[in-house]
Amino acid sequence: MSLDKVAVKNIASLARIEVRDEDLDGLAVELSNILRFVEQLAEVNTDGIAPMTSVAHLELPRRSDQVNDGGYVERVLANAPEQQDGFFLVPKVVE
Amino acid sequence: MSPTQLTGMTLRQARDGLLKKSFSAVELVESHIDAIATHSQLNAFITETPDLARAQAVKADERLARQEGGPLEGLPIAMKDLFCTEGVRTTAASRILGNFVPPYESTVSANLKQAGAVMLGKTSLDEFAMGSSNTTSAFGAVINPWKRRSDPEARLVPGGSSGGSAAAVAARMALAATGTDTGGSIRQPAAFCGIVGLKPTYGRCSRWGIIAFASSLDQAGPMARTVEDVAMMLQAMAGHDPKDSTSAPIAVPDFSAALTGDIRGLKIGVPKEYRPSGLSSEMVKLWDDGIDMLKDAGATPVEISLPHSKYALATYYIVAPAECSSNLARYDGVRYGLRVEGKTLDEMYAKTRAAGFGTEVRRRIMIGTYVLSAGYYDAYYAKAQKLRSLIARDFQQAFELVDVILTPTAPTPAFAIGDNDEDPVTMWLNDIFTVPTSLAGLPGLSLPTGLSADGLPLGLQLIGRPFDEETLLRVAGVLEKAAAFTALPPGLGG
Repeated sequence: MSLDKVAVKNIASLARIEVRDEDLDGLAVELSNILRFVEQLAEVNTDGIAPMTSVAHLELPRRSDQVNDGGYVERVLANAPEQQDGFFLVPKVVE
Repeated sequence: MSPTQLTGMTLRQARDGLLKKSFSAVELVESHIDAIATHSQLNAFITETPDLARAQAVKADERLARQEGGPLEGLPIAMKDLFCTEGVRTTAASRILGNFVPPYESTVSANLKQAGAVMLGKTSLDEFAMGSSNTTSAFGAVINPWKRRSDPEARLVPGGSSGGSAAAVAARMALAATGTDTGGSIRQPAAFCGIVGLKPTYGRCSRWGIIAFASSLDQAGPMARTVEDVAMMLQAMAGHDPKDSTSAPIAVPDFSAALTGDIRGLKIGVPKEYRPSGLSSEMVKLWDDGIDMLKDAGATPVEISLPHSKYALATYYIVAPAECSSNLARYDGVRYGLRVEGKTLDEMYAKTRAAGFGTEVRRRIMIGTYVLSAGYYDAYYAKAQKLRSLIARDFQQAFELVDVILTPTAPTPAFAIGDNDEDPVTMWLNDIFTVPTSLAGLPGLSLPTGLSADGLPLGLQLIGRPFDEETLLRVAGVLEKAAAFTALPPGLGG
C-alpha cells in the first residue's frame, strides 16, 4: 500500500495531529515504507488461526459495583491547563 | 569507605554494609548524588530529586538503627520517568505532559518505596518509551558511559527506551533502576551499557501508574549490575495488584533463592532462526561461548526452531502502534499537560498534539490510526494478531523441549548518536531478538558476557517459560559466573 498526500492528511485528521502541507509528501513516503515493511505478513497463511488479543490468559476479575475511590476534585484538577468551578475548561463546543 | 567504593558496590553488598553499619544510608545516598553531578554530561536524568533522597535516607537510617525497615532500606535507585511518582514531575520524556506532577504513585514505585528504596530521580527515556536509542527524548539524548577504543570521542547511545536507567546504573550513579520493556526497552539498553536487565512475564508487575505505550506488551522490570541484584529488585517490584486487571493473581516466589548455581540437566534452546547471515562473527562467537559455558555447567544445548520469528518485527510494528494510537488519544490538552489554543476544540486537539509529540511518536500514532481504520483493520491489525498467535505458539512448542532459550540480546553493540536515524525500519532492527519474547509475553533477561573488539559490552538474552523467572535467574547466575564480566566503562575503573 502506498499512501498519497490526501490519505496522509486524512490519517492526520483522524489522529487529531496537525500536519503542515509542506510535510505531507515526506510523511507519505515514510509511512508508505513502513506499510510496505509490515505487509510481508500477507505471505503467511493464517487461515483458522485465532487472533491473540492478550497474553494474560486470565478471566477479567470482577468486583462489587461500589464506589471505592474518589472525592478529591482538587487533585483531579491539579494539572488542568484551565479550570472553572470544579470543571475542566475547553473551547466552546456547541454554538 | 571512599565515595567511589560506595557507588561501586552491588545492591547486595550495599545492603550488607548498611546492616553491618559499615556506612550509613545518608553516606551511601550522598555519594550517589555526587556521582550524578560528576556524570551530568551523560544526561541520564530528566529530574533529579536529591533533597527527597536525603530526607528518605535520614528516615532509612532511623529505621535501620531500630533494626526495622524493608529489604531495600536506604538503597539509592533511579526511576524511569514513565512511572508516575506522587509530587514529582513525570514527563515520559515528552513535551506533551508539560509540567505534569502526578497526584498518585505507580504501584511498582510504591512497592519499592515500601521496601525502603531511596529514589535519586527520574531517568530519561525515548519519548513515551518509543525507541531503541534514547535519542527521541524531548530532554535530549542520553550518552552511553562506554566508549569505542578506536574512537573515544564518538558519543554512543545507551540503547532505549530505558536508556537513562541503563546509563545511570552503568556509570555508578545508582545501585539499580527501574525500566519498562515493550519490545526490548529493558534488555537492549542493558546490553548496550553492560548491565543486567530483566523483563518479567507479562502480568508479573503491575502496570498501574506506568504511562501506557502498548498495554498488551508493556511490562516493568529491574536493571542492575548483577543477577542477584536484579532478583532483589524484582522481589520488591512484583506482585498482584487489583488496580491492574492484567496483573497476575499468583504468589511471588523467592527470586534470590532461585540462584542455586546448579543447572545440571537443564536443556538450553538455541533457535536456529536467530542466526541470520548478517550477524557479526563476534556476536556469533559470544553466543557460542555462552552455549559452551552452560554446557560446561552441566546443561544440554538443544537446537530449536521458532519459524515465525522473522515476522515478529512486522507484527510488532502493527500491534504496538495500534495500541499506542489508542493509549495516546488521551493527550488532548484538556485535563493535564500542554495545551495549544485553537479556535475550535478539534483545532485545539490537533495543535496541541502536533506541538506536544515528537516525530517518532507522531509517526507511530499515525501508523496505528491507519491500521485500525475502517477498511484496513482486517488486513493489518487482525492479521498481526494472528501472527502473534503463531509466534507465541512457536515458543510454547519450543518449551516442550527445553527449559530456557539463549540468544543474543541485540544484533550489534551500542551505535553512535545519529546512526540509524534516517530510516525508522533500520532503527527497529535493533529489537529483532527481543520483540518475539515480548509478543509472547515471556520473561527475558539480558546480561553482559563479553566485549566487542572495539571495547563495547555485548549481551546475551535468556528467555523463560511464563512466570518462570526463577529458572531464568538460575541460568543467568551460572552464565554470569562463567563469563566473569568485570569490565567497567572508561574512567570508572578502580
